[in-house]
Amino acid sequence: MAGGEGPRKGDGAGGRFARRRARHRSTMELEAHATRERTGEAEPSAMLDIRDLHIHFPTDDGLVKAVDGMSFTLERGRTLGIVGESGSGKSVTSLGILGLYHRGNAQISGKIYLDGEDIVAADQARVRELRGSKMAMIFQDPLSSLHPYYTVGNQIAEAYLIHNKVSRKAARAHAVDLLKRVGIPQAASRVDDYPHQFSGGMRQRAMIAMALSCDPELLIADEPTTALDVTVQAQILDLISDLQQEYGSAVIMITHDLGVVAELADDILVMYAGRMAEYGSGEDTFTHPGHPYTWGLLGSMPRLSRARLERLLSIRGTPPSLINVPAGCPFHPRCDYAARTNGRSETEVPALRPVGPGHLVACHLSTDEQRRIWAERDMVAS
Amino acid sequence: MIARAPAPHPVITFIVRRLIATVFLLIVVSMVTFSIFFLLPRLAGQTTYGLAAQYVGRSPTPAAVHAIERQLGLDVPLPVQYGRFLKGIVFGRHFDSGTSKAYCPPPCFGYSFKNQQPVWPMMISSVPVTVSLAIGAAILWLVGGVSIGVLSALRRGTLFDRFSMGVALAGVSLPIFFTGLIALALFSYRWPIFPNVQFVPFTQNPLLWAKNLILPWVTLAFLYAALYARLTRAGMLETMNEDYIRTARAKGLPERTVIVKHGLRAALTPIVTIFGLDIGLLLGGAVITEVTFSLHGLGQFTILAIDSQDLPEIMGVTMLAAFFIVFANLVVDILYAYVDPRVRS
Repeated sequence: MAGGEGPRKGDGAGGRFARRRARHRSTMELEAHATRERTGEAEPSAMLDIRDLHIHFPTDDGLVKAVDGMSFTLERGRTLGIVGESGSGKSVTSLGILGLYHRGNAQISGKIYLDGEDIVAADQARVRELRGSKMAMIFQDPLSSLHPYYTVGNQIAEAYLIHNKVSRKAARAHAVDLLKRVGIPQAASRVDDYPHQFSGGMRQRAMIAMALSCDPELLIADEPTTALDVTVQAQILDLISDLQQEYGSAVIMITHDLGVVAELADDILVMYAGRMAEYGSGEDTFTHPGHPYTWGLLGSMPRLSRARLERLLSIRGTPPSLINVPAGCPFHPRCDYAARTNGRSETEVPALRPVGPGHLVACHLSTDEQRRIWAERDMVAS
Repeated sequence: MIARAPAPHPVITFIVRRLIATVFLLIVVSMVTFSIFFLLPRLAGQTTYGLAAQYVGRSPTPAAVHAIERQLGLDVPLPVQYGRFLKGIVFGRHFDSGTSKAYCPPPCFGYSFKNQQPVWPMMISSVPVTVSLAIGAAILWLVGGVSIGVLSALRRGTLFDRFSMGVALAGVSLPIFFTGLIALALFSYRWPIFPNVQFVPFTQNPLLWAKNLILPWVTLAFLYAALYARLTRAGMLETMNEDYIRTARAKGLPERTVIVKHGLRAALTPIVTIFGLDIGLLLGGAVITEVTFSLHGLGQFTILAIDSQDLPEIMGVTMLAAFFIVFANLVVDILYAYVDPRVRS
């Protein structure tokens, strides 16, 4: 990526090292360091390093296992697409990273290292400091995600003021700059508008401006385009990818739309029932996906190359309730190939195993079988 | 360059528009009130003779009744009577039957022949009592109800929440003539902390004014605070689940700011509406509270007027109460435009 070598990123990295050295004094960091040495875990070096993350919610009906054993890493300047149906745990994962499930009755285990600092173990005040400054989030529906009673400028400035010691005037000027940067025309006057005076696309641009206000190193976009019409969708995605190149931040793009991640994501993580089904580079996942669920997702995506009359293939059945996740492979009741595993898929949870370099699939089918079936399906489809 | 008059501020145009509408509304209210007291009885068979007969002594002679009929202006058609009523509000009115003369200065809301006095000054003299009662209680219940509601919502399901909601249920259910009497029995007789509750004007002695009103305030506020606590709790529970609260947390705002600036601000909007209406209603007379504590406010005035079937007084107090409600509505609408920017455009 050409943008990765830009001056901005260099500056940012220098600053980051200084900050990091300063923070190394904290006892918590030292303790965490000691624990890692004891247990022989590798020092986390990526921007985001998630290890065996579980997020469970006890409810009256039972334990909701919203996230059940996720592990992945994300480097600076790269984009990870998290894909899955509604209720597969995508949004819970992202809120977990932001530390927004510390409150309430969620049970979290595992590690979330943000630039080497464990969010799960950190105290709330520290996570709050990081939230909005080092990591920021763009939400799904910009109309309901913006406060109706405050001006757009006020809401952007608020995010900046909380993490920086600046005057209100400076924060407001910063808000105008950000609105200009995300392509709002007449930013200097629109800054005093209320969210309801903005169009849908402009609201999402304002949300992005708000997320970028403190120059975050990790940006999570949770279905940033679902509430927008198609032409605006493309603009917003372009904007996010432009800004990523400019700021060199790591981006997580959460979506159920494979079309969105196909364009933007370097890596793709397919989630099913709170677990990882497949994880690999965008290229690998699209050209030779290994998991039957991924095949289903790809088959249900409209493509220009397909014959017009041909119907889109849907995945039969519905996603499982996260309270009663099916035993064995959670996908087996909906899988067309479950019969080929000699009953293993009903009893044994498939481990995530490599099928190629950096390409992991949680499926009982052997790598060869996966390749063969996909080749057949792909032939039929195109 | 062509000089142009500056466009008036949108909020000011809004207020002016609402004020004009308010005047029309009050005229309609006066028509309806007038019809209720003078047209409806007629439709039910009452005659002006019968109406006038009430004002004559024990054994009325037809001549005396006819004289009263003329004096009260009951002998002309209803629209003319209504016209005179309206005119009286603006210019004042003379009631003259040859033997007795009475002048009712503007704003003349009728003349009470039973008390031999114009209605307006009598009515107005009881307003300070009702206003003192309503405003003091309103401050108490607003502060108390809203803060308990917020705390209950934030600690949903805890002992505090259950306890305060239980008390609130009692507050909503218990009538004032019960809680008021209990309060009097305990704090005025058993332990005479507030003996001889009676109204002392604020201008005369602010301390005594407050001391004497504490029991009525607390009694009245208990009922409303309970209602407001439940409303605020429900509003906060809903608001704290909104997407924009999540956004506020994602920004890294301290929880306090999230709750007050983002949560409470939005949850309070519907409270503002109800608060305006409640205040408007109470200003027209907190009937039961005033009677329980023997405060001579508008409520007490209304009760006495109804008791003695004094039509001009009843009509006057109805108009005044209607005015308070319409005015409170106006204030609520203006506040609403200030609080919720979406209303302005």
